Amino acid sequence: MSDIAEKVKSIIVEKLGVEASEVTPEASFTNDLGADSLDTVELIMEFEKEFSVSIPDDQAENIQTVGQAIAYLENAK
Amino acid sequence: MELKRVVVTGLGALTPIGNTVGDFWDGLSKGKNGCGPITKFDAEKFRTRFACELKDFKVEDFINPKEARKMDPFTQYAVVASDEAIADAGFDMETLNKNKVGVIWGSGIGGLKTFEDEMIYFGQGDGTPKINPFFIPKMIADSSSGQISIRNGFRGPNYVTVSACSSANNAIIDAFNYIRTGRIHVCVTGGSEAPVTIASVGGFTAMHAMSTRNDDPATACRPYDVDRDGFIVGEGAGALILEEYEHAKARGAKIYAELIGGGFSSDAHHITAPHPEGYGALLSMLDALEDAGIKPEEVDYINTHGTSTPIGDPQEIKAIVDCFGEHAYKMSISSTKSMTGHLLGGAGAVEAVASVLAIQHQFVPPTINIFNRDPEIDQRIDLTENIGKSRKIDIALSNGFGFGGHNATVIFRKL
Repeated sequence: MSDIAEKVKSIIVEKLGVEASEVTPEASFTNDLGADSLDTVELIMEFEKEFSVSIPDDQAENIQTVGQAIAYLENAK
Repeated sequence: MELKRVVVTGLGALTPIGNTVGDFWDGLSKGKNGCGPITKFDAEKFRTRFACELKDFKVEDFINPKEARKMDPFTQYAVVASDEAIADAGFDMETLNKNKVGVIWGSGIGGLKTFEDEMIYFGQGDGTPKINPFFIPKMIADSSSGQISIRNGFRGPNYVTVSACSSANNAIIDAFNYIRTGRIHVCVTGGSEAPVTIASVGGFTAMHAMSTRNDDPATACRPYDVDRDGFIVGEGAGALILEEYEHAKARGAKIYAELIGGGFSSDAHHITAPHPEGYGALLSMLDALEDAGIKPEEVDYINTHGTSTPIGDPQEIKAIVDCFGEHAYKMSISSTKSMTGHLLGGAGAVEAVASVLAIQHQFVPPTINIFNRDPEIDQRIDLTENIGKSRKIDIALSNGFGFGGHNATVIFRKL
């Protein structure tokens, strides 16, 4: 697993209070990991902070799973 | 309309001198000091470097970390104290009509720590508002009552009263009114505050309202002492379960005391200084006595607002003498803030719990740290100096006065 994937995973574990084993690439923040709309906004902000990137709102809307987040952030680097 | 009777069937306390009702009473009755150096932030450059903080409190022992992270400390304290009170009341949650259970809480400020942290973070940035989405719901004062209702499924009236240091007394009186008019059966009430923060300590010291006895924090809170030099902020929460008497009886609940009256007034004088003649305090006590339908001579104990400020303490005593006449000298009076510090919006709740426990134990907690009693304070008043004592307490009255000139008084009776 890449450094980016590891970091993404640990942010999700911390912010959503879930077990690391639940954070699979297919897992949806809202459907599988118990996030509400505010949790999702906070996650995106944490990604922006951790990886020093700016994620526009229209693109943030497409980041709904762990895998999508990792792919977006790997591309952004 | 015939008003229903309202009783106290559950208590919760998270205070600088004890994290449960049992420990709180143990500390109160023994005259325990809750004050010490500030550990919550670096106070080195502050004029006041001490406060009454909670001791050995770990929020994760009570609230799961995912939930706790979305609560300001003042809400965490509210949840912990109300959990204790709700458990103490011993409801059968399956049969309790939760639509008729309210949550009316008091807080003078709300999520100040949350506000500070977010603005400091913003200030360190380049002006881009990267505001956390939980900032507003954590900060607003009513998040405390909201979280308590979400946690327990209570769907009755739900809000927070804000009247500075009389906030919790106002919350208790509102809860009382909803129950005695038959609108709800039960109400979780009380108050909490988390004011050991840079803005709060810095702001109150700027007003010259706080003690600066940095060389001896343990004796800094000394109401009625000639050398008192201001209040000391305290953090924590007090919670009470108020319940309609017949409802409590029907389920065989343990009853601590009856809440028989609430009174309020406004000084209409100055935004921070109390009325020089204690007129607002007098009106509040008279209003509460009238509401309770009792004679002044029936009151045995007063838990005073008594914050240890040079101006406030004697005015309240003067108001007590004006209100009670000769009987003022037969009552027991104490300021439990001498031990807990001043919990601001939570003060009235912690002191209501103290008053109810005083009735339960027939014991007056002391006013500690009186070394040289202020000669300007009527010498015939029994301030329960330094050592608590057993006495008959059928009726106890508790005062709370706040910046803004708000005054509120509650009266409890032994059942």
